[in-house]
Amino acid sequence: MSANTDFTLSIEDLTVSFDGFKAVDSLNFYLDKNELHVVIGPNGAGKTTVLDLICGKTKATSGSIKFLDKELTELNEHEIVRAGVGRKFQTPSIYENLTVLENLEVSYPYGRGVFGSLMFKRNATVLSKINEIAKEIMLEESLDVEAGLLSHGQKQWLEIGMLLIQDPQLLMLDEPVAGMSVKEREQTADLLNKISQGRSVLVIEHDMDFVARIAQKVTVLHQGKIIASGDMDKVQSDPKVIEVYLGH
Amino acid sequence: MSFVYEKLMGGKKGLTGFIILATLILVILPVFLDSFRLNLVGKYLTYAFAAVSLVLLWGYGGILSLGQGIFFGLGGYGMAMFLKLEASSPENTAIQSTPGIPDFMDWNQITELPWFWEPFSSFTFTIIAILVVPAAFAYLIGAAMFKRRVGGVYFAIITQVIAVILTVLIVGQQGLTGGINGITDLRTLNGWDITSDSAKYIFYFVNCALLLSVIVASRFILTSKFGRILLAVQDKEDRVRFSGYDVANFKIFVFCFAAMISAIGGAMFTLQVGFMSPSFVGIVPSIEMVIFAAVGGRMSLIGAVYGTLLINFGKTVFSESFPELWLFLIGGLFIAVVMLFPNGLAGLWDDYGHHITNKFRFISKGFRKIMPQAVLKKLKDAN
Repeated sequence: MSANTDFTLSIEDLTVSFDGFKAVDSLNFYLDKNELHVVIGPNGAGKTTVLDLICGKTKATSGSIKFLDKELTELNEHEIVRAGVGRKFQTPSIYENLTVLENLEVSYPYGRGVFGSLMFKRNATVLSKINEIAKEIMLEESLDVEAGLLSHGQKQWLEIGMLLIQDPQLLMLDEPVAGMSVKEREQTADLLNKISQGRSVLVIEHDMDFVARIAQKVTVLHQGKIIASGDMDKVQSDPKVIEVYLGH
Repeated sequence: MSFVYEKLMGGKKGLTGFIILATLILVILPVFLDSFRLNLVGKYLTYAFAAVSLVLLWGYGGILSLGQGIFFGLGGYGMAMFLKLEASSPENTAIQSTPGIPDFMDWNQITELPWFWEPFSSFTFTIIAILVVPAAFAYLIGAAMFKRRVGGVYFAIITQVIAVILTVLIVGQQGLTGGINGITDLRTLNGWDITSDSAKYIFYFVNCALLLSVIVASRFILTSKFGRILLAVQDKEDRVRFSGYDVANFKIFVFCFAAMISAIGGAMFTLQVGFMSPSFVGIVPSIEMVIFAAVGGRMSLIGAVYGTLLINFGKTVFSESFPELWLFLIGGLFIAVVMLFPNGLAGLWDDYGHHITNKFRFISKGFRKIMPQAVLKKLKDAN
């Protein structure tokens, strides 16, 4: 047990079982401040479940998830977000019927209560923040475009932008480059390297080239357990990892 | 100015629609209809409150309530209780075995005014109760459902069941509620004869003013960030939740607001029609309200009013000549709307209305083009 409070995220003894099947099995995992950490592993290893547990979508059977001294397992989803955890879903999860600008505005972290949202004003501060984020995610030309009309890659960026506008301390991305073209992958890698300044980022990814481009630290998950952790080279040469994952 | 224009009216399109509707119900109909027909339109317009509430709740909130009759009824009964108490003064009811209580209570061997009737002798209390009781009831239902993330069909069925329970309760407790006959024989409001023609005119205009205010208030909600969050919830509820919103609170609020609007409609119904009965609470009226909104356009506050007027005119005309066909017709219409034009009349107007307005524009443009040339020609000829 580590009492180190410098970690942004410390997961200890985390277990979740679905009808006896342990999708995550007494997992211990620590994420440093400003660290960009990639989790890889074969299908069904429990990667997405770990993100679900952190953001409150799935309730843990036992164990603890501490985020900046807050116990996340006791909070509701929206409270976890307000504490500073942002999560991007595997398939682009944006509001197709709203424009890019409205998507970002709905994600803007003020006016989140019922009456706050009624009184919310789209003032210059809000617009300049939206413009700043739009520029970062390469969508500044498409602010008035209905989000459903964007390309797949642009939708993924928009969802990242919707998280960035909340300025989370911990950003979690579930397969951010799935379905992207080679060029889009490169742009996304640059984007991730840029936005990981000043916050911790946890990424789940399958694409090893992409992982190599961004990762500072890699953890390999298999059947709900960590089988290797460290920098890319170390993990790639680990015989156990080669056997269960890379060898396939 | 831009606050009124953008937020309360909904821009150019909203403002035009609002002005046309206001002109229709405030000027055109009162000028052309006799007082009997106008009173009928007034009655229809009270249903429009419920239809507008369903635009907010169902069209934008994605929450289908098959129980808006509950709240329409609560508002209507609140007003009816006040009027009934006024009509049951000891002088008016001197022949009863217990004078001073409503007649139906006396028939049911009740000798004392029930406790929950007492405060309804105050007009102020009644007005507050008409707004607060339905909203509080909606809060209870909403909190119980939405906090547990019950939604969709389940929610629709539960609201329907509550509508049935409330009807059964009203019918069963005849001594307390007037039973199946409802609360009838309402005469005066603070001493003012509500059955007179002048009173009916005044109620009609008060009703119109309230309906237009409700549309403006609803527009304010829909054009605010709240409105965009409702749409976002319909599209990706999880994304909204994981953007830091407590989605249940938003649904509860819109459900309570919708309940309050419907209750205002119910209260105005009682005032204009002169009675309230359980037949405006149960399943059939609740579903009819959904049909009004669907036919008018569930995404259009103003369309819902036209939907209500149109269906009710149809009902009046058809059920006079073919009473047994009407239910089939309205059922068929509902299916047709859902299958063929899901956004109702308002959707049709959005899709095809520009053909009509363009024709007008074309004609006026044509005139403008032709006129100067003709004038120029004349000038040339003169030279």
